[in-house]
Amino acid sequence: MNSNPIVSFRGVSWSIQGRVILRDLDLEIQPGETVALVGRSGSGKTTALKMINGLLFPTTGEVLVEGKSTREWDTVRLKRRIGYVIQDVGLFPHFTVSENVGLVPRLEEWPPERVAARIEELLAQMGLPAADYGDRYPRQLSGGQRQRVGVARALAADPPLLLLDEPFGALDPVTRAEAQRLFLQLRRRLGKTAVFVTHDIREALRLGTRVGLLAQGRLEVLAPPAEFLRSQGEEARAFLACLGEEGES
Amino acid sequence: MSSTLARELMHLTLEHLVLVGWALAIAAAVGVPLGILLARRPAPGQWVLGFASVVQTVPSLALFGFLIPLPLIGGIGRRTAIVALVLYALLPILRNTVVGIQGVDRAVRESALAMGMTPRQLLWQVELPLALRTILAGVRVATVTTIGTATIAAAIGGGGLGVFIFRGVATVDSAQVLAGAVPAALLALFSDGGMGWIERKFSAA
Repeated sequence: MNSNPIVSFRGVSWSIQGRVILRDLDLEIQPGETVALVGRSGSGKTTALKMINGLLFPTTGEVLVEGKSTREWDTVRLKRRIGYVIQDVGLFPHFTVSENVGLVPRLEEWPPERVAARIEELLAQMGLPAADYGDRYPRQLSGGQRQRVGVARALAADPPLLLLDEPFGALDPVTRAEAQRLFLQLRRRLGKTAVFVTHDIREALRLGTRVGLLAQGRLEVLAPPAEFLRSQGEEARAFLACLGEEGES
Repeated sequence: MSSTLARELMHLTLEHLVLVGWALAIAAAVGVPLGILLARRPAPGQWVLGFASVVQTVPSLALFGFLIPLPLIGGIGRRTAIVALVLYALLPILRNTVVGIQGVDRAVRESALAMGMTPRQLLWQVELPLALRTILAGVRVATVTTIGTATIAAAIGGGGLGVFIFRGVATVDSAQVLAGAVPAALLALFSDGGMGWIERKFSAA
């Protein structure tokens, strides 16, 4: 072993009521990578993601995070070590922006002045200065701003790993492109590991250092973007065909 | 003469408020925790809500009557009246608690869990604050109906403003009936307004 993967799936399957969602998934994610998982709806990509932070557990096989099976992790500790961003954002509507961002540090019982400093730093990074935005409620923000608050909240306790489930799916194209740029910037600056789920192949190729394609619960392709573009599998070609249809931008 | 009436009015109003206060306190103390529990278990939840609805359909005079022969909770007097009032107040509080908790956005609940909130933190920091408005609306409905229903407590010796009403009916004295009915209606109106204010004041976004 020349490096320690931060996440490994070992022969992971998951089924519910006799329906198999994931089949025999093997996947190792190295620190610093961004693995983008693409696939159609129901291909099992969100399921795979939820198994990393213990929202779901494998039916067979195991998922290791930092070398330890998710079943052995204390479930609360594991979740607090992993940032999580979802399409619907799920900001707490009764918390201000600052309270939302400071949630995990508060749960971790950081001293208040350290929480406040962290909130300020993160909101500044997201281009939402605390002085202007900190006291607003989520409903007073635009979709793109809410999503940035969601990302800030996920980063708050400085987790080594980020999970993102269609984080930019509900944004308009312009806001979405901005959010993607911000994500790339943050990755360069912070060097986090990220696992990213999307059904947009263009987004996957742009943001992923490796792109994985899931079809009917199987990982069909897993390759860096340049190599992914040359894959010949049926499902891969179907996804790559979308690139041409949307036209070059 | 009129000063004795005023004194009796004060006394009966107070008695009425004590009845209503106890009934609501007990109904809330039982209904809110039970509602939280049932919100997580839809199957028995349906069953219990169904039972509470059935109780609600029993005519109030009949329910008071049914309770009299029961041991411990029955008999003549205030205790039996409070038990009956609790049974009526339970449904709106229970139902609104279940609906309020189940109505919390799925994405909000999922992200709370994914942030590593414990079930207790999820309940106290997220579910209850977000459900508070709905729960308070249930208490408000329960308050208004209980104030009205409590007038019937007088029929089984529970006291309250119903004493005027029953006496007035028995003696065909509409002034007596009004002396009970008008204050009861005013109490209901004022509490409705007050609870509405609390609801707006304390409920989250």
